[in-house]
Amino acid sequence: MVVYAARRLLAAIPVLLAASVFCFVLIDISGDPLADLRFLEPPPEPEVIAAEEARLYLDRSMPERYLLWMTGIGGNGDIGLLQGRFGPSVRGPGFDIADEIAARFLVTLRLVVIALLLAIGLAVISGVISAVRQYSAVDYTLTFVGFLALAMPAFWIGALIKEGGVWSNQQFGTGFATIGAASADTREYDAWQLFTDTAAHLILPTLALMLTAYAALSRYQRASMLEVLNSDYVRLARAKGLRNRIVVRRHALRTALIPLATVSALLVAGTIDGAILIERVFQWRGLGDFFLDSVSRNDSYSVMGWLMLSGIIVIAANLVADLLYAVLDPRIRYG
Amino acid sequence: MTTADTSAPADLDVPLDVEELTVAFPTDDGLVRAVRGVSFHLRRGEALGIVGESGSGKSVTAMAVMGLLPETAQITGSARVLGRQTLGLDDAAISAIRGKSIALIFQDPLTSLSPVYTVGKQLAEAVLAHFDVRREQAWDRAAELLDIVGIPDPRQRVNAYPHELSGGMRQRVVIAIAMANDPDVIIADEPTTALDVTVQAQVLEALETARAETGAALVLITHDLGVIAGHVDRVCVMYAGKLVESGSIDEIFYTPRMPYTLGLLGSLPRMDQARSQRLTPILGTPPSLLHLPPGCPFAPRCPLAADVCREHEPDLVPVAGGHAAACHFSDRLIEVTPTDLFRPTATDARVLAELEDDR
Amino acid sequence: MADIETRTAGPTLAVAAETINTEQRSQLRLALARFVRHRLAVASLVVLLLVVGFAFIGSMVWPYDHTVTRGVPSSVAPSWDHPFGTTTAGQDVMGQVMRGTQQSLKVALTVAVISTTFGALWGAIAGLYRGWVDNLMMRIVDVILVVPLLVLVTAVAGNVRGGTTWWAVALVIAAFIWTGTSRVVRGVVLSLREQEFVEASRAMGSTDSRIIVRHLIPNAAGPIIVAGTLAVAFAILAEAALSFLGFGIQPPDTSLGLLIETARTAPFTRPWLFYPPGMFIILICLTINFIGDGLRDALDPRQTMVRR
Repeated sequence: MVVYAARRLLAAIPVLLAASVFCFVLIDISGDPLADLRFLEPPPEPEVIAAEEARLYLDRSMPERYLLWMTGIGGNGDIGLLQGRFGPSVRGPGFDIADEIAARFLVTLRLVVIALLLAIGLAVISGVISAVRQYSAVDYTLTFVGFLALAMPAFWIGALIKEGGVWSNQQFGTGFATIGAASADTREYDAWQLFTDTAAHLILPTLALMLTAYAALSRYQRASMLEVLNSDYVRLARAKGLRNRIVVRRHALRTALIPLATVSALLVAGTIDGAILIERVFQWRGLGDFFLDSVSRNDSYSVMGWLMLSGIIVIAANLVADLLYAVLDPRIRYG
Repeated sequence: MTTADTSAPADLDVPLDVEELTVAFPTDDGLVRAVRGVSFHLRRGEALGIVGESGSGKSVTAMAVMGLLPETAQITGSARVLGRQTLGLDDAAISAIRGKSIALIFQDPLTSLSPVYTVGKQLAEAVLAHFDVRREQAWDRAAELLDIVGIPDPRQRVNAYPHELSGGMRQRVVIAIAMANDPDVIIADEPTTALDVTVQAQVLEALETARAETGAALVLITHDLGVIAGHVDRVCVMYAGKLVESGSIDEIFYTPRMPYTLGLLGSLPRMDQARSQRLTPILGTPPSLLHLPPGCPFAPRCPLAADVCREHEPDLVPVAGGHAAACHFSDRLIEVTPTDLFRPTATDARVLAELEDDR
Repeated sequence: MADIETRTAGPTLAVAAETINTEQRSQLRLALARFVRHRLAVASLVVLLLVVGFAFIGSMVWPYDHTVTRGVPSSVAPSWDHPFGTTTAGQDVMGQVMRGTQQSLKVALTVAVISTTFGALWGAIAGLYRGWVDNLMMRIVDVILVVPLLVLVTAVAGNVRGGTTWWAVALVIAAFIWTGTSRVVRGVVLSLREQEFVEASRAMGSTDSRIIVRHLIPNAAGPIIVAGTLAVAFAILAEAALSFLGFGIQPPDTSLGLLIETARTAPFTRPWLFYPPGMFIILICLTINFIGDGLRDALDPRQTMVRR
């Protein structure tokens, strides 16, 4: 088992490396960080532009820049991913990308994690119900809801939920906080106030993000559960004289969860996408917001760093899923 | 007919009694009548073989008796285990019977066992489902069962996962599960079909051991007459959802009285006959159970078919003692061999003609 | 030997002839018949065609387009003149939705065609040649898949300057979405290679290209078509998200995503601005998903459904 885990870890390294090249080249050749500067009215002096170019290492060749970006060797101390520095930002010499990301990381993390957990839990439950009561009214309803959620744009349902919260606050005096991740000034809050404040801000965005993740999973879980319920070993379990509930829980569900492990990794990527949209809708100052801001400013190093970060998260999710897979399915544990 | 008959005393002499069982499945294309009136009785300790091609309804019959068919299946008739009706029971009632009074062995050992639990766990589970014993006792029994069915190193194997065992060994585990609680009836649905010939003998031997240990009656379902020979006392032949012949094994093998049975015997390579005989394949394919034409379902393929066959489906009537056959012309088949009835040639009519020319 | 009346070769010939006859119906007709049985898929096809007609033909007929036109009142709720109402700037929402649907559909269809073709080729080549070719090609796919789709698309679209026409948007999305199809097709090709009919064909002396043309492509066509259909749905959502974020289709042109962005705060105050574009996206995606399901069932001959 440990060997298996180690092997998967080692296999991830070349992927990470290749991904870094991919991210770097993609952003480097598609954008010009100095575009805004060049098109200022009145146009700046050529020396100003040259200085910015030097600061952003644009006067070096691309391979050189890549190595700089990765290792930081030959730079000014503000670059080098392996040293934990993301590089200089278009926003100005005093702007530290790593600091910004660190500050916003937890904000986005809690949104994504809670939404994912809820989505997985709900999808498993609805998959079981749907499969056990196949072709019933409940099944058709759940299936339709799943289809609907799959067809709905995340930002549309997000906006609807947000405005619904505002409306509900007006009509029923509910306490949904619809703007931002936290109230403006929380320095005086004690632990409990902080908690309720966070929760009030979290509810609606999490609900919106969860729906899109649930959509992707529920159909899959239903199909997986159906396949398992019709399998020979479930039939044998019944033939042994086990009660239906035990058969579903102990035999069907356990095996139906296995493919979930592989789908979850894809799900994480989709949820990152969704988080970007939801943060925009609810005006959260999280990582997604930072990403969009960086893109509109053509801040190459921020965007590259963000791409790498999301890639690392997806790879990590893949690894966790692989390990989970091995725990759940003894067939792949050895080798 | 389908209510739980708890008041009747357990009839220990007839562990399994099936009466006019019918099963139909509603599909997109219409109603598929998989089983159209099957009756048989099993006596204590007896071994009955049910023979038929794929699609004849033999597996569906077994599933119906065990209550393992989907809810959409339409089942009528009666199936009694030890006098208790098994059709139409709720989950609690049927679960008490399954695995205890009647057990089922499936066809494909590679998919019958759950891949995520050890063999021992699955065996112990079978015991714990019906008896309130301590876990250690159940696991001891599991090792004991593995030993009985002939698996080496039972104490080690108890902790093995199914994918670590070969197909033959897995099937023996399935047999062990079936015999775990000393059932009165064991139904084996094509237990050797998915296995190599060399392994088949081992599995059949394990089945015999299971019978000897538990004293259970056996229903052996197969399409392979070779598997039947030497392992059962009586045989029922199924075609298109109905029994077309039933009798003792000698009666079926040596004096068949229904053309289909003759055809089956003729298709079987026999090592025990001195003279080498040509095989006589039965031309054509089994009928669609969706749109069954009136009359005998075997008529399109039967060399003896006449108008009466296409109009009236023959009933299963006794032809001699315990021997029954469903054919209008069963009396014409006394002392007839398969080569008398079926042409021992290729199925292509052109080849047929060419062979005639060459002769 | 007993005297038996046996039948001659006559009736057996009839039986044999009968079996030959029933196989004459082509696979295509069988698939069509199966598809038609899916009432939901057929209904979805009809609805989708209506939507397409609405967007392309309707815009030629409808008096208003998506731009600010003189004489169009501002912020009017739905009425006979303006069934979807008007915006604060004085644009007819119906005209906007028509144009928006047009653009979104154009992008989505283009993306689907390009990405499915490219992805199918990629996956087929990888699956056929195996070895280091397969390894290399699928590693590349793995690397691209490591970064979430919207992140990639946004980063590139946001970077690229000089006007984002629907063509450009389609190319950017297609550039990253093909990876999903390639994996599916590779899987199909891999499993087809191992199947016995390929071996049998080889044993009869067929060349590689004959096997590819006669066996692999027809059998892979089903999953490819299904993947292509579903790609349209993905593309619609991707384009809408991109335009919503401001990196896709730009004003004065419009797309469904852009319309939703401007109507972001309106669901309860001026619902006629918010719901129509969203409904159209949902409608298109729903119908495409149902059609895709119907196609999948129709083109996979191994599935038999036992219904109620």
